[in-house]
Amino acid sequence: MIAIIDYKAGNLTSVYLAFESLGIDAEVTNDPSTIARASRVVFPGDGAARSAMDHLQELGLTALIPKLVADGKPFLGVCLGTQIILEHSDENDGVDCLGIIPGRVLRFEPSDKMVKIPQMGWNTVTFKVTHPLFDGIDDGSEFYFIHSYFPSPAQACHILGETDYADETFASIMGRENLVATQFHPERSGRIGLQLLENFSRWDGSC
Amino acid sequence: MLTKRIVPCLDVRNRIVTKGIKFQNNVDLGDPVEMAVAYSDGGCDELVFYDITASAERRSIDIAMVRDVARAVHIPFAVGGGIADLDDMYRVLDAGAEKVSVNSLAVHNPDIIAEGARIFGSQCIVIGMDPVKTSDTAAFPSGYEITTRGFRERTGLDALEWARRAEQLGVGEIVVNSVDADGTRSGYEIELTRMIAVNVRIPVVASGGGGTPEHLVDVFNLAHADAAIIASMVHTGDYTIAAIKAALAAAGVPIRKKW
Repeated sequence: MIAIIDYKAGNLTSVYLAFESLGIDAEVTNDPSTIARASRVVFPGDGAARSAMDHLQELGLTALIPKLVADGKPFLGVCLGTQIILEHSDENDGVDCLGIIPGRVLRFEPSDKMVKIPQMGWNTVTFKVTHPLFDGIDDGSEFYFIHSYFPSPAQACHILGETDYADETFASIMGRENLVATQFHPERSGRIGLQLLENFSRWDGSC
Repeated sequence: MLTKRIVPCLDVRNRIVTKGIKFQNNVDLGDPVEMAVAYSDGGCDELVFYDITASAERRSIDIAMVRDVARAVHIPFAVGGGIADLDDMYRVLDAGAEKVSVNSLAVHNPDIIAEGARIFGSQCIVIGMDPVKTSDTAAFPSGYEITTRGFRERTGLDALEWARRAEQLGVGEIVVNSVDADGTRSGYEIELTRMIAVNVRIPVVASGGGGTPEHLVDVFNLAHADAAIIASMVHTGDYTIAAIKAALAAAGVPIRKKW
């Protein structure tokens, strides 16, 4: 079973329905023992960093998330879930985050005012590595993004994929060992996004 | 590069997609879920559903339909028509929609929009506006007044002022539906769309008037729209999404090529 962690940070229905359509057993939960028992974990989220961190704290999940990653469980971060695995976010006047990957979350500051914030829509992802989660997906495929802040990992080795927006080439996919984290929404990225989720459901966490 | 979005609009009435076409009102076109799947498979980037009778009949949106669409397609879609309060927003989003689209509600109760953006996130609150051209530029400096209730009710709001106010309220996106171009298939209203697009920092969606791929080229290249809503031109079968995208690509407009 794949645990989709529910920490009151946005809507998880489409994540759940994406797995359902693939015939993959998934459960939306914030129960620590259910999450610990799951074969794999999806850490999604929409919204703002501070309330997300506050909710994790209230639910007693702040220590559990890094532990799941350390224990080697295949782990997929999505959107806000991806941002808050870094050390710090500039959102909400600065928020300390989980620090699973060194680096920060920065705001897009385009020099051209016609570049809209948030980035909303489909943008291309250039793969920096080969990875089991990319099986069957062409390099340069488009995925659905919706965000005003972007991940900026400190070390290049944690960048698995890159995307260009608002004067930045940012890490649209980060990862290390059994962790992969996408800034885009695979669950809303059509057939190609479903392929990534299906690959995740089969991934043993090695790469 | 971020691509421009092509967004088919499905007007739904009693769970059937319908479209008012000249000389013959409300022709039934098909099942909303089947049409959503066909457009998604055909390469559209997003979908929007308007429950066109919900508002008039004062009943809530068909949540079962929203859930069925969310099960069947895995691209973003918005739902509008008859959103009356925060509870409606919650139910539509919880059923699997990416966004809710509000129009009259925003005009009559702006606070609820700000509250919705705060609770659910700006990214899922879309405001639809129906500006109509006016010569009274003393009262309406932009030259356009906002109307509601299917263009029947004037609001006294200046279009550009209202767009800026919507941005301040925290909405994630603005749909500019040209009253004058709606249903004509004679092209989007470029001047109006451009005026809104260059004056707000959030994405702007052009709606009303799309009839040929060249109309989409113009609304992207000349009016700086981030997305364009299409209806009749694909519902009639005159164009496929793929054909529209091929024309856009040939004109240098960035579009999503693989799906």
